[in-house]
Amino acid sequence: MLELRKDIFADERDDNLNEIGKGTQRQDMLGHVTGTSTYFNDHKLQGMLHLKVLRSPHAHARIRRVDTVEAERSPGVRRIIRGTDVPRNLNTLLSLINFGKDDEPALAVDKVRYKGEPVVAVVADSHREAFEAIAKIRVDYEPLPTVFDVEEALKPGAPVVNETYPKNTFTYHDIYDHQKLRFGDVERAFASADHVLEQRYQMSPIEHAPTETNGSIAAPDTNGRYVVYTSTQALFFSLDTCAKILDVPSNTFHFIGGTVGGGFGGKVDTLTEPLSILGAMLTGRPVRYIFGREEEMQFGPPRGAERIYLKDAMMRDGRIVARKVRAYFDSGAYTRLSSYAVVKCAAHLPGPYTIPNVYGDIYCVFTNRTPATAMRGFGVTAMDFAIECQMDKLAHLIAMDPMEFRILNAYRDGDMKAHRREAKNTALIECVQVAAEKSKWKLREEFKRMSSLKDGGGERALIPLAATSSPMPALARATAQQRTAYDRAPQPAAGPAPLQPAAPPAPSPPPAPAPQPASHGAVRFSSVFGRRR
Amino acid sequence: MTRHRGRGIASINYPIGMNLGGDPSQALVHSNPSGKFTVSLSSIDLGQGMKSVTRQICAETLGVPVEDVYVDTADSDTGPHCMGSFASRGTHRVGNAVMAAAKEARGVMMEAAAEELEVNAADLETDGRGNIHVKGAPHRSISTKDVAIAAQFKQGKTISGRGIFLVPLSAVDPETGEMSPATCYAHACLVAEVEVDDETGEVAMVRMDSAYELGRALNPRLVEQQLVGGAWMGVSHTLFETTEPYYPDPSHGPRDFVEYLMPGPGDICPHDIAVLERPAADGPFGAKGPGEMCANPVMPAVANAIFNAVGVRVDELPITPEKVLRAIKGQGGARPQARR
Repeated sequence: MLELRKDIFADERDDNLNEIGKGTQRQDMLGHVTGTSTYFNDHKLQGMLHLKVLRSPHAHARIRRVDTVEAERSPGVRRIIRGTDVPRNLNTLLSLINFGKDDEPALAVDKVRYKGEPVVAVVADSHREAFEAIAKIRVDYEPLPTVFDVEEALKPGAPVVNETYPKNTFTYHDIYDHQKLRFGDVERAFASADHVLEQRYQMSPIEHAPTETNGSIAAPDTNGRYVVYTSTQALFFSLDTCAKILDVPSNTFHFIGGTVGGGFGGKVDTLTEPLSILGAMLTGRPVRYIFGREEEMQFGPPRGAERIYLKDAMMRDGRIVARKVRAYFDSGAYTRLSSYAVVKCAAHLPGPYTIPNVYGDIYCVFTNRTPATAMRGFGVTAMDFAIECQMDKLAHLIAMDPMEFRILNAYRDGDMKAHRREAKNTALIECVQVAAEKSKWKLREEFKRMSSLKDGGGERALIPLAATSSPMPALARATAQQRTAYDRAPQPAAGPAPLQPAAPPAPSPPPAPAPQPASHGAVRFSSVFGRRR
Repeated sequence: MTRHRGRGIASINYPIGMNLGGDPSQALVHSNPSGKFTVSLSSIDLGQGMKSVTRQICAETLGVPVEDVYVDTADSDTGPHCMGSFASRGTHRVGNAVMAAAKEARGVMMEAAAEELEVNAADLETDGRGNIHVKGAPHRSISTKDVAIAAQFKQGKTISGRGIFLVPLSAVDPETGEMSPATCYAHACLVAEVEVDDETGEVAMVRMDSAYELGRALNPRLVEQQLVGGAWMGVSHTLFETTEPYYPDPSHGPRDFVEYLMPGPGDICPHDIAVLERPAADGPFGAKGPGEMCANPVMPAVANAIFNAVGVRVDELPITPEKVLRAIKGQGGARPQARR
């Protein structure tokens, strides 16, 4: 049941509209309910081949030798693809917005860093033949020590998961192993508060569980182009990622998608497109690469685990006066998008409350597990769990009603937030009041009368003085800029290798990419904070 | 064996769009010669209703019926750039881009209509049913179809528009974390009622009551679909789901929907929702976006309800029967808190 409370904030809206506000039936409803909507996997192309990958059985191991001789002779096999076949076999997703270093190969070359990491791809006439060939590949692994716990990973002497980040943490502002948030002086507040509560919270990895698993079909098109049907959540993001990894101009590709069977953040990572396109380039045939359910669940990226320590200071009357947060995002073996979520998490602190002293240290940590990625509420969901459980405990500590406790501490229009921007257009108090009404939860009159529009600002708009007792360490090199613009045309960092202008017409079937020196580890597209290294 | 009931709450806010901005979306709108409009996007419809909500925004802005608008997405050859469908950005970012494109197209449409009716374009208005007429004189009217025909074949005008929406990228201070993360925030409060079995540790959902503030519910049915579905994802996250049941030990990972637990139809409970609308200054018709946030309040609200029911705090998700039972046994039995 959904009830529209038009009576609240009525003077801030014009409700005299024709189409907006109507429960119009979805444009795509008929197609969805009759099963005629076209998803990427509905494209059955003539001569289509199937790509599958051999995945590492080890969470951390050196690759000594890969023997594909027998697999190449396996029936139905059209092509074996190795890391050295990938034009630029090192990428990080957010290089498109100049954030982070390239740290992940499309196919592992010297080392595997998580159980399930792709090592070799096989393109065959059928799924079955691809699997049969994979079973014939021999890989000689030398297992290495592993680390699975985020706090263990930070200890001196912990196994190095990803050599791009030898301390097992993403690097912020060129020098820090975490993102900071500093507002006021939490230590002074802890010293003078009536109550101090410190707690630990943990969220485990979670699967997106889309009905349609990750996948794509790539096919040679006329004039040297490739058409790509994909389940991506971000069409140009995936297209440009492929252009970078395959080292071709972006207009080589015609990406088609737009109708997706559930995403929730699990279809941003562009996991299948680079290999299905490369398969099409190397064979001249359409190639389909779709995750099976087990691959989707265990080796497709999950919502990452987070460990959160919260320490709050509270006065007897229920006012929270300080909140100190230390949080670890478990990124798995590679960065993907967790580095971004850390900054979003710092911005979210201390939740929708006005607290005069806030301190946050948020880490993006590498461990030997499946790389994590975005999921609904990215950077915020686990923190909200921690904060709201903590709020309940604080209210319990002073025997205050938990709803009234939230109204008391809620941010209001005009308040200063911990990231030093004024709160505007707030509505937390009204949500609590309406939820109380709906659930027949009794609030005292004074709490029913409180409003997001009243009693904010003033002293609550001030930026408090920072702690003076502990001087800042030497930080002259820290850069303010997190990322620069979206970079559609990645430039190679070394060597001339100029990008071609728009692809000229090429004879059909399109040729495989010109042989190039393997770029793994040698040519590094470096885009850290807009600078090249 | 006793089943104990308890209630818990959580209140949250959620930022709209990519953190720090820098995530543009574009839209193109054009009319065919019979006054039917196409919106070209490269944005993705994940099932959330991207096509439908941008269709309504376009129709409202143009002043035509929603049936006269079709949204085409996503094709990289025809649809202009969009950052993607994530970060609760679709309604806000893409909606604004469509609105800008539709405004430009409307401008040409009104000019073409003015030429046909021999009046000033500023004196015209749309009736939302496919007609354009002189303000205060509904009989001096022309259909959008006739305007489109005239524009195309007589006047040589293209009834089309381009739109982009960009919240410019901002920086983060490395020492203080000072930043401009988002331009607007959605809000929510949710009350969960649960029943906890003190013999098995099982938690059953009894009901949920919630209030969501979303700027503007552009399509209340799509909003309801998001809020109901999102809350169930929240319940599932709270009580069932993980790919690593013994995290940080990675063993025993589930491989299919037999091993990966999620709630079934029998686990569903009533959910009563109120929607509040405090328009965002930069939202399309004030809209923010319900996408991601609706799962978030459920997890802590259920955890707090479990405490209210049996007096145990489980601070590690998911809150499985095993964890609840161990905690109950650890404190020597259920300790129901004051009924709320």
